[in-house]
Amino acid sequence: MDIMSMTATEIGRKIKAGEIGVVEAVKACLESIEKYDKEYNCFVTVDREGAISQAEEIQKKIDAGELTGPLAGVPIAIKDNMCQEGVLTSCSSKILSNFVPTYTSDAVLKLMEAGAVIIGKTNMDEFAMGSTTETSYYGETKNPWDISRVPGGSSGGSAAAVAAEEVPCALGSDTGGSIRQPASFCGVTGIKPTYGRVSRYGLIAYGSSLDQIGPLAKDVTDCATILEIISQYDSKDSTSVNRTDNDFTSALCDDVKGLKIGLPRDYFTDGLDPEIKEAVYQAAEVLKRKGAIVEEFDLGMVEYAIPAYYIIASAEASSNLERFDGVKYGYRTDSYTDLHNMYKKSRSEGFGAEVKRRIMLGSFVLSSGYYDAYYVKALKVKALIKQAYDKAFEKYDIIMGPVAPTTALKLGESLSDPIKMYLGDVYTVPVNLAGLPGISLPCGYDRNGMPIGLQMVGNAFEEKKIIRAAYAYEQTRAYKRPAGVCERGL
Amino acid sequence: MGKTYETVIGLEVHVELATKTKIFCGCSTEFGGAPNTHTCPVCTGMPGSLPVLNKGVVEKAVAVGLATNCTITRNCKFDRKNYFYPDNPQNYQISQLYYPICRDGKVEIEVDGKKKYVRIHEIHMEEDAGKLVHDPYTDSSLVDFNRSGVPLIEIVSEPDMRSAEEVIAYLEKLRLIIQYLGASDCKLNEGSMRADVNLSVREVGSEEFGTRTETKNLNSFKAIARAIENERERQIDLIESGEPVIQETRRWDDTKEYSYAMRSKEDAQDYRYFPDPDLVPIHISDEWLKEIRNNQPEFRDEKRIRYKEEYQIPDYDIDIITNSKKLADIFEETIALGAQPKKVSNWLMVETMRLMKEHQIDADGLSFSAKNLASLIKMTDDKKINGSVAKEVFEKIFTEDIEPEAYVKEHGLATVNDEGALRTACEEAVANNPKAVEDYRGGKEKALGALVGQVMKAMKGKADPASVNKMLRELL
Repeated sequence: MDIMSMTATEIGRKIKAGEIGVVEAVKACLESIEKYDKEYNCFVTVDREGAISQAEEIQKKIDAGELTGPLAGVPIAIKDNMCQEGVLTSCSSKILSNFVPTYTSDAVLKLMEAGAVIIGKTNMDEFAMGSTTETSYYGETKNPWDISRVPGGSSGGSAAAVAAEEVPCALGSDTGGSIRQPASFCGVTGIKPTYGRVSRYGLIAYGSSLDQIGPLAKDVTDCATILEIISQYDSKDSTSVNRTDNDFTSALCDDVKGLKIGLPRDYFTDGLDPEIKEAVYQAAEVLKRKGAIVEEFDLGMVEYAIPAYYIIASAEASSNLERFDGVKYGYRTDSYTDLHNMYKKSRSEGFGAEVKRRIMLGSFVLSSGYYDAYYVKALKVKALIKQAYDKAFEKYDIIMGPVAPTTALKLGESLSDPIKMYLGDVYTVPVNLAGLPGISLPCGYDRNGMPIGLQMVGNAFEEKKIIRAAYAYEQTRAYKRPAGVCERGL
Repeated sequence: MGKTYETVIGLEVHVELATKTKIFCGCSTEFGGAPNTHTCPVCTGMPGSLPVLNKGVVEKAVAVGLATNCTITRNCKFDRKNYFYPDNPQNYQISQLYYPICRDGKVEIEVDGKKKYVRIHEIHMEEDAGKLVHDPYTDSSLVDFNRSGVPLIEIVSEPDMRSAEEVIAYLEKLRLIIQYLGASDCKLNEGSMRADVNLSVREVGSEEFGTRTETKNLNSFKAIARAIENERERQIDLIESGEPVIQETRRWDDTKEYSYAMRSKEDAQDYRYFPDPDLVPIHISDEWLKEIRNNQPEFRDEKRIRYKEEYQIPDYDIDIITNSKKLADIFEETIALGAQPKKVSNWLMVETMRLMKEHQIDADGLSFSAKNLASLIKMTDDKKINGSVAKEVFEKIFTEDIEPEAYVKEHGLATVNDEGALRTACEEAVANNPKAVEDYRGGKEKALGALVGQVMKAMKGKADPASVNKMLRELL
């Protein structure tokens, strides 16, 4: 039985049926990581002993009938910006390269309570700043479809680990596209929930008003199942919203009759790779044939999203990252003359170039004399973008388009040109600014065989609509594994 | 001829609010405790932790705002004030800049019979920092985060004060209001109330303000008064000698009676304030505001009127008693237990004041219970003990809050009502003091006093003086 080719919920079902043991499933992951992760570098930390002892505990509880949920015994990986008690949580940064949290983030805790087994922590862009997973202190993660290419980012480790079948599913976080874009680049599925749906408690903040935790997996069913478990109100997060409509798996039905889908014309302009454009239009055709009503419309404000996003996210990041100062935890420089020298050297040595760039950018836009011109203006743009979406959702149930203007780029290509990398976030960033839910799922392959992602965006707290549409679309296609993964064991 | 100068003073007063838990987490705010025992991921700034606002802090801040005639900001927000310092675990303080909870208030003060208003610019909520402790053995500094996240309000006045006396009157007024509210104990020496003094001088008659300085580290009213005089003189000296006053922050050293510059305006940091994205805006609804308003206690001015009507005690007594929440509480509680208001007031005005002076404590330091004072008064009313014994017992109540009934019994201090023993003692006194007896019979009323004294001595002070007087007169 090839456990690693299964989806998370398939593994869960087989564990429940007694066909697979939890330890067996966990060992299959550990073995796969052992064998293949040298090539992809998806993981910063693999918690071998912890995972096996968790697995033994959970097996007992399953046997005793205490754990019956769909994820009981299922291995999962966690992006390295979510705290897990006793396990290195580095944000892929040198400055946290020795940080072991004393507590576990709420989303991870809820997975553990549901019986999921935490296998380890996945690689990411340093502090989630980047779209390629190349800014990691632990080296870049490689795309399992082509190891000369990036997996996307910042949740590149999570996306690649799922695509490479090192784990069946993972958690990522999405501030400007960090779940959806790597899902798209790696040919897997990922959901960025509505802001406030999943508790951010224990998620090491990048842009607090935009960050959301969400699932990455092989299919929509797995993502909906995971999201259902991690979406619970948490009184420890003031921005957490108390909802009763977290039963996402109820939306897994192959029915889009009468569903109104809007395609924003502003998303299909010159910057978009024609092959991606074609793939998204074809997906629209498929849904139309299934009974959906598809229309093109003008969303507006799209061109302002990138500058507004980089101002807001960087401003928040510049403040959020102040606590990394070498005083309480994390990296401290070896030698220093006084307090300020210690701060300066620890931070200069501890942060990478992209993080420093955003701290400087964020500090600048918040500084006196510039605050109104940049930060306040960006907040106004954010409000206008939300208005544009509100208007669109008066007419449509979901808004559909590409995830990114290109498929996975070659390693090193964007590092030299950060602006180009920033522009790659054009289709995902507005969704975060508006706080809306979005899903990314595969909808084709380009001339190089690289996966193309389809994005569906819903109105606030209407994850069920995008899950239903994505599920219906997914029924028309088979999950495709990267060639390298198919050839294993042959 | 020398010019005359006017001092212009505004205050920034920090008050620690008396909530049980911290402003953004569930940790205890209790003073003391081993270092870093009242801490959690939130108040130590651990990565990933998030603040959740304690509603009690909002209620107390609004209560202070209402009591100081402020406008309450019905939709207020928290902002981050960014600066690096090791006692500040996140390297930003959560405070309020753009939408402080209270604005545009005023309080009335009185100095030398003259009344005036001091306007309040704003009151905002914020979190306290931790404490740095220097370890001389390892020559390193350690941080204690127990105080980190303790709720504070900062009350910012307009530059409306003109003398140290006005400043003290303003601070005492604020302290009294806040103590009456139970919002804080306002102890300057323990840091639960801290005042920074913004001061400038200008020639009398001038419309424009001079350059101001801010003086910190003022731990008592006396220190504040001394620092104001000192800073006024320093600035006048500078102006007279043609030197500029530099806008700066100064630190007062009360033992040396001298202040020194900490940092000038040029070093002033850009705090890069922006709304804290981790906290949602606070909406103070009509109902909530009404509830807070309804829970406001009776303040001093209202008490003054009521005491006069209800208890008929002298204005002077009323002034003293209502000038401390603690005294007023003891007064009212003792009366509630059945004691006569005038008698309670006497105990507070005479013996309590005397002992406070002797033990060098202020009214906030009083630790005796109304219950024991009430039983003491009842015992004297019932003539179970005489006045001098009562004073002796009260001293024990004052220092140890003993139960008077038990104490009197244990120490055999009850008034002896044994008429036989009293008669014997009186007869002996008459027999042994022929001179005094003769004087008394000769019309010297005073001589009776000597005889009473002899009897009291023989009775070991436990006789009722009135009965002794009566019996002696009979015998003579």
